[in-house]
Amino acid sequence: MSKKVAFLQGNEAAAQGALYAGCTFFGGYPITPSTEVAEVMSVELPKIGGKFIQMEDEIGAMAAILGASLAGAKVLTSTSGPGLSLKQELIGYGCIAEIPCVVYNVMRGGPSTGMPTGPSQSDVMCAKWGTHGDHPAICLTPASVQETYEEVIRAFNLSEKYRTPVFVMPDEIVAHMRERIVFPEPGEIEVVPRKVPTVPPEQYKPYDTSFGDVPPLAAFGSGYKFHVTGLNKMQDGFPTTKAEIVQAEEERQVRKVDANVDDIVTFEEYMLADAEVVVIAYGSTSRSARYAVNVAREQGIKAGMFRIKTFWPFPDKQIKALAGKVKGFVVPEMNLGMCAIEVERCAQGKAPILGIFRVDGEPINPDQILEKMKEVK
Amino acid sequence: MAFDYDKYIRPGKLPHIWCPGCGHGIVMKGLIRAMDTLKLQKENTAIVSGIGCASRLPGYIDCCTLHTAHGRAAAFATGVKMAKPEMNVILVGGDGDGTAIGGNHFIHACRRNIDMTYIIMNNYIYGMTGGQFSPATPTGHKASTTPYGNPDPNFDIAKLAIGAGATFVARGTAFHANQIDKLITEAIQHKGFSVVEILDDCPTTYGRRNKYKSVIEMMNRLKEVAVPVKAAEKMTAEQLQGKILTGVLYKEEKPEYIEEYAKVIQRAQAK
Repeated sequence: MSKKVAFLQGNEAAAQGALYAGCTFFGGYPITPSTEVAEVMSVELPKIGGKFIQMEDEIGAMAAILGASLAGAKVLTSTSGPGLSLKQELIGYGCIAEIPCVVYNVMRGGPSTGMPTGPSQSDVMCAKWGTHGDHPAICLTPASVQETYEEVIRAFNLSEKYRTPVFVMPDEIVAHMRERIVFPEPGEIEVVPRKVPTVPPEQYKPYDTSFGDVPPLAAFGSGYKFHVTGLNKMQDGFPTTKAEIVQAEEERQVRKVDANVDDIVTFEEYMLADAEVVVIAYGSTSRSARYAVNVAREQGIKAGMFRIKTFWPFPDKQIKALAGKVKGFVVPEMNLGMCAIEVERCAQGKAPILGIFRVDGEPINPDQILEKMKEVK
Repeated sequence: MAFDYDKYIRPGKLPHIWCPGCGHGIVMKGLIRAMDTLKLQKENTAIVSGIGCASRLPGYIDCCTLHTAHGRAAAFATGVKMAKPEMNVILVGGDGDGTAIGGNHFIHACRRNIDMTYIIMNNYIYGMTGGQFSPATPTGHKASTTPYGNPDPNFDIAKLAIGAGATFVARGTAFHANQIDKLITEAIQHKGFSVVEILDDCPTTYGRRNKYKSVIEMMNRLKEVAVPVKAAEKMTAEQLQGKILTGVLYKEEKPEYIEEYAKVIQRAQAK
């Protein structure tokens, strides 16, 4: 039997990916350019007995999904820049209370209202530094409609596996373009269930590290009684200011991601074997970069691309290794150099970094990238 | 025989953080008596709060308890109740948490009419941060940020709830301790979003600044200003001057949100 094929927009694919991953609750608030996700979820969730709610604001939407997740549901919200800024308060809550959830954020121009219908890649730093305090960060940056579908599924899996909020951040071009998508069969892509406790309720502690860095999470209403707070907490979930416990718990929360970088970080290496000039790109910009690399090869330039699929945790190890081998990096992005800062950190001065930074609402075209590649000496 | 509060208190979590003379403990005891009257199953009851002195209440009760961020209790609780409608969901918090930073979530929770009960402990002040004025602080009164008297008009929280669409609204006081559990019991039994405002006192950060000499004086004030709705019917406007109505202020039967959403599911699945 041939697979189901459709012609979908990135946002529509994101909603379909969430449903494949077992999402049964969506809380949102209308915002351009991500509203289609909410619209599709409002159609599809009731069909499977799930729930959709449009909340009074972005903060409320984030709160509702965290509440629903604690009650055992797999949950999604979608938003864009200004909404992301508002959600940051409770994204931090999700990090410290360790509540799985997926935040799908379409990157549009900013800051503030910025350019609601224009593409951007300027929210990537918000995924790591947006909410206050130290916390783990996972952020996926898909580059096609198919990949948006698959990365949303992976985001659900990572959020359940590591018990933390996970971002999927397509730029507006990826979110709004239409492409052919081939749907996987049920069971074809792994769907990770939440790790729930097996101990009797009276022994249960929601942050019991005897089960490892990612303790099992019971659902409210499943027979387990426990306390959840946004304060620094002990293993039983109750607040503490004891220095050694706070230090250890904060370090554990960050370690959930830091110690599992190889499990989380994904990337694509395109023509890198002999490459001297390497473009580091993500999202829709990587599509221009691929075209530019192909043209450069035709012109005899040893060009390649390292495509970031997982922006956080950042692919430090891979870029460090490349920096020792290449003549230079070209980093095109629709912001004023956010990824470039990270590349610079990883390159440790071993390779020059040439940026192409656009914040004018226009995509970066292959010609611009090709020209920049020629500047690498 | 004295009422046994221990069966709902979380072992090892007392003493509480509240100051001597604070009314929050009286409200907590009222809530526990109401839970006992209704035989609420602890495992099947979620108590959700925001931030502030009153919002520390859930930690002391042996249920599924969720101490959220400032003002966000109603929005978190909405998610819990939507995902697990069979749970009893009770919200607790103070006046600043519920009607300032949480004001938007509060009015929309009232409007949706989800079957949950919100107990607002109104002590007219932000106690935890040291006594700044809240939307409930009476005009002219003193707080740490209104040293010359509060220029802001204040909310009538019960009226706000009625105006926003809550289908059960009651008011009691910490002085009238025996009435608290009855109001909360009726609120939980009501199908829809119910609000119980309990006027209580913060002697530490509000009383001192507003020339109350003792907790007893503050308690006596609650006794004096409270007028049951039934008694108020026989009083003149002049007699009601400066009084606060207590009891069940408003009650109506309206479609409950999750039951309405069940119809949405039926319609979606029928297509």
